Amino acid sequence: MSGSHNAPGGASHGSVKSYVAGLILSIVLTVIPFGVVMSGGFSTSTTVVTIVIMAVLQVLVQLVMFMHLDAKSEGGWNLNAIIFAGIILVLIIGGSIWIMQNLMINMM
Amino acid sequence: MATDTLTNHSAHAPEHEHHDTGAIKVFGFWVYLMSDLIIFGSLFAAYAVLSPNTAGGPTPEEIFELPFVLVETFLLLFSSFTYGMAVLAMNDDRAEQVRNWLVITFLLGAGFVGMEIYEFHNLVVEGFGPDRSAFLSSFFTLVGTHGTHVTFGLIWILVMIFQVSTKGLTDVTRPRIMCLSLFWHFLDIVWICVFTIVYLMGVL
Repeated sequence: MSGSHNAPGGASHGSVKSYVAGLILSIVLTVIPFGVVMSGGFSTSTTVVTIVIMAVLQVLVQLVMFMHLDAKSEGGWNLNAIIFAGIILVLIIGGSIWIMQNLMINMM
Repeated sequence: MATDTLTNHSAHAPEHEHHDTGAIKVFGFWVYLMSDLIIFGSLFAAYAVLSPNTAGGPTPEEIFELPFVLVETFLLLFSSFTYGMAVLAMNDDRAEQVRNWLVITFLLGAGFVGMEIYEFHNLVVEGFGPDRSAFLSSFFTLVGTHGTHVTFGLIWILVMIFQVSTKGLTDVTRPRIMCLSLFWHFLDIVWICVFTIVYLMGVL
């Protein structure tokens, strides 16, 4: 008991159950997108939407069940930091694609 | 009264501080991971912009083999799980089990890196190295950066296996195992984005 209390980083609430659940969910969320793409029986837009949703879900599953991210650990600062990083990512990735796409259209 | 409070405070301070140091260390490592995330984000942005430019070289669907990537994915996923088991064993103060789980995690991770090196080697031998096209440059940079991270993670796992064997589970080694745990799970999460955006979308 004291051992789990000593665990730093708000990671004390992991259990075999949560890790196994995370593993099973991750396997399902991996097999589905690979299956959809490898079978090739779906339209491109359906396939893209499916694999993106599966990826987002699997990222969330692993963040919560493997990395124990929640609003309470470290007084919410873990969550604050990743939300900030997420905003920066949207700016970097979205902005790069937007600008380069525009450039390509205007220069062709 | 004031002295009493002060004495009381300093009497409790060492223990409390010790506990906090570990938590702060892990939080600091989390902040580092967020900056690492920005690096990967930049590489993903570069890949998204450059991947259509194959310069007469191979296209993604010509060089990617999904069954191969699926095996890589499962190696990394299972290693993430076995690392979680190591953390649970640590919470129960079972150093022997921590070491065994770390060894299994290392083997799975090494399998992943081995497969990636094999893939890269085959591509270079066929003349599809990073110098062939903008697509391949950005591909090797993105996937190679991830592979390098995993390789450093493997070195870190070896160090922790050694430290758990010699020092045991102490206030010094526990936060390190927690930091490595975050690092290892983080790499698996980045890999989800890699196989989705690079490999799966590549062969569409």
